[in-house]
Amino acid sequence: MVEGEESVRVVHCGGSALNFRRAAFSADSRYLFCVSGDFIKVYSTATEECVHILQGHRNLVTGIHLNPNNHLQLYSCSFDGTIKLWDYLDGILIKTFIVGHKLHTLFTFAHAEDSVYVITNKEEPDVFQLVSVKLPKSSSQEVQAKEVSFVLDYINQSPKCIAFGSEGEYVAAVRDFYLSVYFFKKKTTSKFTLPSTKTKKRSKNTFTCVACHPKEDCIASGHMDGKIRLWRNFDDERKYTYTCLHWHHDMVMDLAFSVTGTSLLSGGRECVLVEWRDATEKNKEFLPRLGSTIEHISVSPAGDLFCTSHSDNKIMVIHRNLETSAVIQGLVKDRSISTGLMVDPRTKALVLNGKPGHLQFYSLQSDKQLYNLDIIQQEYINDTGLIQIELAKAAFNCSGKWLATVEQRKERESELELQMKLWNYNKKTQGFVLNTKIAMPHDDHITALCFCNAEKAENPTLVTASKDGRFKVWILTDDSDIYRKAVGWTCDFVGSYHKFQATNCCFSEDGSLLAVSFEETVTVWDSETWELRCTFCQRAGKIKHLCFGKLTCSKYLLGTTEQGILCCWNLLSCSLEWSAKFMVSVLEPDPTSEHIAAVSQSPVGADLFVFKPSEPRPLYIQKSICREEVQWGVFVPRDVPESFTSEAHQWLNRSQFYFLTKSQSLLTFSTKSPEEKLTPTSKQLLAEESLPITPFYFILGKHRQQQKEHLNETLKEERVQLPLTENIPAINELLHTPAHVLPSASFLCSLFVDSLLLSHGTHSTEGIPDDVDMEEEINSDDSDEEKDLAEETQHAAITDLGEDIIHQLSKSEERELRKLRKVDYSWIADL
Amino acid sequence: MGEFKVHRVRFFNYVPSGIRCVAYNNQSNRLAVSRTDGTVEIYNLSANYFQEKLPCASGLTWVLGNQTWVIRLSRQALKIKYALDAFGGPIWSMSASPSGSQLLVGCEDGSVKLFEITPDKIQFARNFDRQKSRILSLSWHPAGTHVAAGSIDYISVFDVKSDQAISILRKRKIDRQHLGVSKRICIVWGVAFLSDGTVISVDSVGKVQLWDSITGTLVKSHLIANADVQSIAVADQEDSFVVGTAEGTVFHFQLVSMNSNSSEKQWVRTKPFQHHTHDVRAVAHSPTALISGGTDTHLVIRPLMEKVEVKNYDAALRKITFPHRQLLLFQFAHHLELWRLGSTVATGKNGDTLPLSKNADHLLHLKTKGPENIICSCISPCGSWIAYSTASPFLRSALHILFSEDSTKLFVASNQGPLHIIQLLEGSFKHLHTFQPQSGTVEAMCLLAVSPDGNWLAASGTDAGVHVFNLKRLKLHCTVPAYNFPVTALAIAPNTNNLVIAHSDQQLFEFSIPEKQYTEWSRTVQKQGFHHLWLQRDTPITHISFHPKRPMHILLHDTYMFCIIDKSLVNVVLRRTAHAFKISKIYKPLLFMDLLDERTLVAVERPLDDIIAQLPPPIKKKKFGT
Repeated sequence: MVEGEESVRVVHCGGSALNFRRAAFSADSRYLFCVSGDFIKVYSTATEECVHILQGHRNLVTGIHLNPNNHLQLYSCSFDGTIKLWDYLDGILIKTFIVGHKLHTLFTFAHAEDSVYVITNKEEPDVFQLVSVKLPKSSSQEVQAKEVSFVLDYINQSPKCIAFGSEGEYVAAVRDFYLSVYFFKKKTTSKFTLPSTKTKKRSKNTFTCVACHPKEDCIASGHMDGKIRLWRNFDDERKYTYTCLHWHHDMVMDLAFSVTGTSLLSGGRECVLVEWRDATEKNKEFLPRLGSTIEHISVSPAGDLFCTSHSDNKIMVIHRNLETSAVIQGLVKDRSISTGLMVDPRTKALVLNGKPGHLQFYSLQSDKQLYNLDIIQQEYINDTGLIQIELAKAAFNCSGKWLATVEQRKERESELELQMKLWNYNKKTQGFVLNTKIAMPHDDHITALCFCNAEKAENPTLVTASKDGRFKVWILTDDSDIYRKAVGWTCDFVGSYHKFQATNCCFSEDGSLLAVSFEETVTVWDSETWELRCTFCQRAGKIKHLCFGKLTCSKYLLGTTEQGILCCWNLLSCSLEWSAKFMVSVLEPDPTSEHIAAVSQSPVGADLFVFKPSEPRPLYIQKSICREEVQWGVFVPRDVPESFTSEAHQWLNRSQFYFLTKSQSLLTFSTKSPEEKLTPTSKQLLAEESLPITPFYFILGKHRQQQKEHLNETLKEERVQLPLTENIPAINELLHTPAHVLPSASFLCSLFVDSLLLSHGTHSTEGIPDDVDMEEEINSDDSDEEKDLAEETQHAAITDLGEDIIHQLSKSEERELRKLRKVDYSWIADL
Repeated sequence: MGEFKVHRVRFFNYVPSGIRCVAYNNQSNRLAVSRTDGTVEIYNLSANYFQEKLPCASGLTWVLGNQTWVIRLSRQALKIKYALDAFGGPIWSMSASPSGSQLLVGCEDGSVKLFEITPDKIQFARNFDRQKSRILSLSWHPAGTHVAAGSIDYISVFDVKSDQAISILRKRKIDRQHLGVSKRICIVWGVAFLSDGTVISVDSVGKVQLWDSITGTLVKSHLIANADVQSIAVADQEDSFVVGTAEGTVFHFQLVSMNSNSSEKQWVRTKPFQHHTHDVRAVAHSPTALISGGTDTHLVIRPLMEKVEVKNYDAALRKITFPHRQLLLFQFAHHLELWRLGSTVATGKNGDTLPLSKNADHLLHLKTKGPENIICSCISPCGSWIAYSTASPFLRSALHILFSEDSTKLFVASNQGPLHIIQLLEGSFKHLHTFQPQSGTVEAMCLLAVSPDGNWLAASGTDAGVHVFNLKRLKLHCTVPAYNFPVTALAIAPNTNNLVIAHSDQQLFEFSIPEKQYTEWSRTVQKQGFHHLWLQRDTPITHISFHPKRPMHILLHDTYMFCIIDKSLVNVVLRRTAHAFKISKIYKPLLFMDLLDERTLVAVERPLDDIIAQLPPPIKKKKFGT
């Protein structure tokens, strides 16, 4: 096969930050753009669906802005030194302007023709300047934009610290304790300084963000101490004045004025969106409990929507009346991952720590968070210095029916709070339900926990290993009482070995053996009788990882030690089969094949080795997969197996290896060429049916529909064909109507089944289509008349018209239903 | 440096009265402050914010208590010029027309009375239309044609036809219906009439509202407080105003242009200032500063940075808590107290606190007769005489009284110029002599100092001149050259008869009376100049005394520090870190300090916390994090 020749590459696989920069709205606020790593994502604000991914930048995208002269186009800039112009509706790259420097952010506004403003940095690492770049007019795809003029120096690199004033007359920039305002017409800069003395009160005067009023000469600035200052009269360096708004108790993260300027939005660590009406302190509205720190706020140009980007990689679309209308959630990654990467056997979703105290289920295919499971079930209080309960460990059993979690909180050395929870998957509610809560399962930290993965095992079994020198076996027992039937988990066996700390535990594939490592020693236990069968000891430091081989290699046990030895023991001969010396940071067996992936850490980067336990030689080596430390890795089974034949690529056939680096970027290996990967998978959305429903649409759209139907009918007359799923109205209706307005499923079901039947082809109901046609013609006449009417009395009639037509539509739907009911189903009985 | 035993006196329960009213006069740059106990203080802002000894500002000032008297005060003679009964129940508000020829008075019964002011009297002219309820605030249009009167739940705008004696007054009622959810009454605490016809009102529901007086419509409303907004003052240029709230916050409003290329301007709330803990009852707006005072007895002068030319010490915030006067005897508004100091037998190390073997005794509680306030008081050195003087609107009153060192003579400085000497005999006294002021000047004498040998009497007036009288010959000896700033403290040194004068700009002079010239030390100091830290202090020296055994030492103090100047160190002085100035700041606020004998000092302190504890509780506000 051809893939054999292709090289395996390391690729980012989504999960990148959506909250890196402010999101932007399209002019009609139907789309929301946000930067996401090297891509720009276009979301529909109504459905939260990702409509397009604009791909083309070769480095982090750092700024996006609508083209003020054509609101169907979008500018973006990136660290790769280019500014790109996109047609976001079709996802097409229109133009690339090559600037050459690293671009940190981008601003445009209508009055600056053909030029955009970008932040670049000078030769010195920490000095940033705002420059305007003239975009040359040229028809070619790639244009060099070298005409750069300098505007402001010594500014903050964050785009939150720059704001352009009303009609682009001035630009305000803040840094440390300064607010500088540059006037484009006068070409002067005014600088305002806040006191920065060392007293505790004053030291928090630092500016954090700035926003400009869209109509008036007013600048709002946010500060470290939670104050918002509204500056006026700033064209005069002496007569300037400001007023304070103070509600936030911690730093103001972002500020935005509404389109008309009547209200000011602010947000911060309190997770509350504050709307200041008329810029008065007493007149404010709140949208509380947004979940996590508000990092960015943006306002749609139409003024009907706001959106907030949160630190947990979430974008919330908020309606003008401060009601949340949509939530776009990416991979949460603002916390350290202590559970590691897991795969939910049911959904094939990646499972890891999410929000504080939560376990997140993240779909790798759709780059979307599926849901959050609240493990700790306590209100999270965002306060520095507070020691929180941490979700430390989690494990699924092989069927995904059981989930075990361990949470811990350590305030002082002697006080450890431990809790283990066991969750049962409830098919009815499609979610995990808490089954058993075990307080203090061990006396010290739990280092490992694993389920017995034998499929035929009648009783699920869980093993926990702890630093207190014991491992405990937990089994599911009957917990019924006179009130209800129930099952619960109890401790079945406690094992220890010479009072050493238990560091790892692992079940063999068939569940007959349990391996527990006690510091330097590996012990193997019979899972039937819990007898110690044999021990292995290599005297090469504590055991770091432990795993059994799978399938044909199930007689091997692998372990790595802290001193950098990888050992492979043969369980049949109870002897060391082979060992190799290299520093392993991640050892991960593929559950679907014999392959085992090991990532070794060296100062220059991480290397990946794939091998089978039966042979002491690597099947595949990829050097320097990333510069950072690799923290966790996992094999995710593929939905559709690939068929690589070459030995080096075979390990990619049935599952894919994902790994997480220290900076929490999720990476994987792929053989697909970049171009192939770039082809958008979902381009069919974005349909015409999402056009706004206006009276004009009813008049014109009606005709079009009729034409289409006509066409369909002619086609059907020619040949009997299976209708395309897109053309079946019932399916369309089913798929494109929001779930909460759909009628009950039982009602829809017959409709759906009916629509799949070739109802038009049967000749039993010949008269009806004609009838419909006739009636529809009458309808169209009606609407024409009404159109005339509407022209006469333009103002009042429009609403009437709309209502009428909606009414008529429902009538026609009814007719359709009637028609479907009349279809002869008797032939089904014959089948 | 010698060691002193210090009596720290803290049993003086003096509580300054709350500030009721503040008025600023631009021409003389003076500030009049009236307190709730009826006293009036005048501060000279150009003279380093020093309080002049008694009433007066700009030729005319209006003082009101809840009395039915219209009282007119004259500046120069420091006396009340005229008093008149308005016959309308308690007077709630009063306002003089911009031209100064007419006076409006708002009364309890809802009547607004117009008075004509003539140079020597006030004459009732006419009544305006009677309103339903008391008139709480009045404001003239700058042109003098209209008057806005704030009452309960409405503001009336009167038209004053000034060309006719009897004019028809048009009244326009501005309804205040949209005043929030509660149905409590809305008291208009203050109104201000701008020249463009806008009326600004502040009221008890916490709003500042701008009205169009011609159409009677509400233009803009700012909700600024949950409690009352009690006072308003507009700058002369009408580009900013200031309001004070019952929560202790002072808000500044400015007329700001909304857009750089349009001339549209709007009133915008700009800076809030929280310098008070209690109600801000009065505010004033000088061209460069916002002045506020309230129930918490502080007078706060907050300079506006954008109006200050150079950023010198004038640009700093001033907070004046205590009136600048010596409280020799424990002088309260209506009574005097006499205490015997406690004593101790213990000795201790430097800085130790000694245990009292005998507690302080409250010897005497002397109540005044009549309602007038005590202006000054004195106890004779022999301890057998006490003298005090009250302020009376009709009689002349003494501004400073002093006993001679041998307790045989009493010197009285009166508010009209003459100095009286009274001989004290056993059980009786007789008038000995009167020093008449120099030809024609009616300058009040407000500070006196007598030499310990009884030969010399120094007296300083409000105009900063210091006169020295010879008591043996009973005639004027000499006059110290005039200085621009008023005198804050005077003392004559024993033996040398050097007169030490402290001025409000922190300058210190030593004048030799026998030689009629400044001493050598004073000249050197003036040549070198004082250290800038000394000059930057903002409280005036209120008392000077001398050590009987160390003639080179001068002891002086202000509210925040006690200082001993060693004249022998003069040459090393002043340029560097004040070598000759031994400053102690452990006693504050320090109301009085003097030597009892050569080893003992008496310091009278009044901790601010104690004062706050005695004030009525402030409006409770939720504080974040509590």
